[in-house]
Amino acid sequence: MRTQPDVRAVGTILAATDRSNLKGETGMVDRPRAKWLPFSPWHLLLMPVAIIMLVPLLWVLMTSLETLAQTQHFPPILWPGSFQWSNYPRAWSSVPFGTWFINTTIVTVAVVVSNLLFCSLAAYGFARIRFFGKSVAYFFLLATLMIPVQVVIIPTFLIVKQMHLINTLGALIVPNLANVFGIFLLTQFFRTLPIELEEAARIDGASRLSVLFRIVLPLSLPALATLAVIQFLWTWNDFLWPLVTIYNEKVFTVQLGLMSFQGSHVNDTNLLMAGNVMSMLPMLILFIAAQRYFVRGIATQGLKG
Amino acid sequence: MTDVVFENVTKVFPGPMVAVDDLSLEVGDGEFLILVGPSGCGKSTALRMVAGLEKISSGKIVVGGEVINDIPPKDRDIAMVFQNYALYPHMTVEKNLGFALRQRKTPKDELEQKVHSMSELLGLEQLMKRRPGQLSGGQRQRVAMGRALVREPRVFLLDEPLSNLDAKLRVQMRAELKKLHQRLGITTIYVTHDQVEAMTLGDRIAVLSAGRLQQLGAPQDVYDHPANVFVAGFIGSPPMNLLRGSASGGLIEAGDLRFPRDRVPDGDVVVGIRPEGLQPVGDDDPGPGFEVHVGVVEPLGDEVLVHGTVAARDAGVRIEPEEATLLAEMSDRAAMTVRLEPQMRPREGSTMHLRVEPATVHLFDAASGDAI
Repeated sequence: MRTQPDVRAVGTILAATDRSNLKGETGMVDRPRAKWLPFSPWHLLLMPVAIIMLVPLLWVLMTSLETLAQTQHFPPILWPGSFQWSNYPRAWSSVPFGTWFINTTIVTVAVVVSNLLFCSLAAYGFARIRFFGKSVAYFFLLATLMIPVQVVIIPTFLIVKQMHLINTLGALIVPNLANVFGIFLLTQFFRTLPIELEEAARIDGASRLSVLFRIVLPLSLPALATLAVIQFLWTWNDFLWPLVTIYNEKVFTVQLGLMSFQGSHVNDTNLLMAGNVMSMLPMLILFIAAQRYFVRGIATQGLKG
Repeated sequence: MTDVVFENVTKVFPGPMVAVDDLSLEVGDGEFLILVGPSGCGKSTALRMVAGLEKISSGKIVVGGEVINDIPPKDRDIAMVFQNYALYPHMTVEKNLGFALRQRKTPKDELEQKVHSMSELLGLEQLMKRRPGQLSGGQRQRVAMGRALVREPRVFLLDEPLSNLDAKLRVQMRAELKKLHQRLGITTIYVTHDQVEAMTLGDRIAVLSAGRLQQLGAPQDVYDHPANVFVAGFIGSPPMNLLRGSASGGLIEAGDLRFPRDRVPDGDVVVGIRPEGLQPVGDDDPGPGFEVHVGVVEPLGDEVLVHGTVAARDAGVRIEPEEATLLAEMSDRAAMTVRLEPQMRPREGSTMHLRVEPATVHLFDAASGDAI
């Protein structure tokens, strides 16, 4: 159950995957460059956009290092002078942040792993196996992407309640074990892989599952990394569904827990922002670690050349 | 004993499009059979049916006495080399070679020993830790063959395996393939549209056109005695010259050419003359022959090819319909290719008198296309 898919993030990651296909075996992109600039003229347009997108992040970072009085000052103080590094240990210790981190990690890892597994299996079926009603099934599956999450939130809640999962991490994991977007993404990718590789493996004695796990998935690392990052992002940042299904502080996720810094009468904005920065770190680390897979497009290297 | 028998095998693709039409032939144990034909003639489909990659619409394929129609590819013990090699790009050469053995849960010692001996046989020892992306075309080709042969399959299938190599490497690999087959003796079916591969590699060749078997026989037999006009025009490079002619009272006529031939029923015929079946002679030679207007001269070192025209009508059986129509409009001249000794060098635009030895002329029925 997704509250708000981050379309921009998906677009950025898919674009990164696409670009990898343009590269040759050397990994270099041959692109004519204007001689009067040491960089592409496009950067003149992209740099201001990048700065505009960075401003909110920097503001969050600065606010997390201010005193409470400075956060409430108007106009906003963008450079606090002295940095309140103690906001971070205070934010960590004033609420059970460690527990929430562990909870969110358990949920996110379980959802990412299960999505990689189940979406791959379903996608391989749709991409390669001939069966009755395949096109219709695929059409209806994709059609469910058009249904807003608010429409299904109550039925999903009732199902999860029937399963006695309310107020457990299972409520956050079970409805998200697979998702249609992942199936779609991987189906489209699997269809681009050379079929001869799979045929060769089948002749070499591999079963369908063996073909999937030994040939198709290792060649699909860019798509799998994309799916993993998107799924991680969605699950880690999910707020609405945990808000609906979890009310015991011990099973809070980080995003839910951050609400603790916002009361009816008092807002610990500096601690809230410190918590925000801490909650962002795993995503940044994952993105940097997984980035190298986006630029690997090796699936066609075993063919003629 | 691993023979491969096609019994009335037909493959119909949705459309419907008949790719293979009632194919019956037998490949003997240890034989090297070539399936040859133009693009879209069904030769690759026939091969893929043996491998289990295409379902058989009707008929059956028997391998080593066992009907394999419903046996999945992995259980057929048949290996195949693909046109584009299909090496697993994420695996090293060593892993590629050992893949099939690993799938069959071969003990590690045995696997290593087999991979090692195959790498020695194909000269791949230095490349074992490389990935396909780091290999040249010829090296990839060798790995692809090694991967197929390492598990000692009952039948070895090759789908135009040399077509992606440059000319020099192709000659080298052709010889290596022949040696490999002589050494291993595995029943082999080899698909190609290359004349030279068809003539040099196989024990027998099967010529296919539009999904149907046209002729099956030893390469030289097929070359010397083509069963019909299609085989005559397809086998041989450059192909046989085919002219429209007629038979009347034991006399054959095609343009300037006139010669007697017994037991030929009266009517329209197609006259086939191989490029090497024409000999240059003096203008006063009394024998049957042609005046050839020399168009293009191609000196190839060991021979000279002359492309010209003669006063006759082209049979128009080897060419596209549009070209046939064009030729029909200029129907008083037919194209003629002649193979000459290397020292001969006729001038382009000149006229040569060429003699035809009547015994070497092939005759085909104009209506059915069958050899007379």
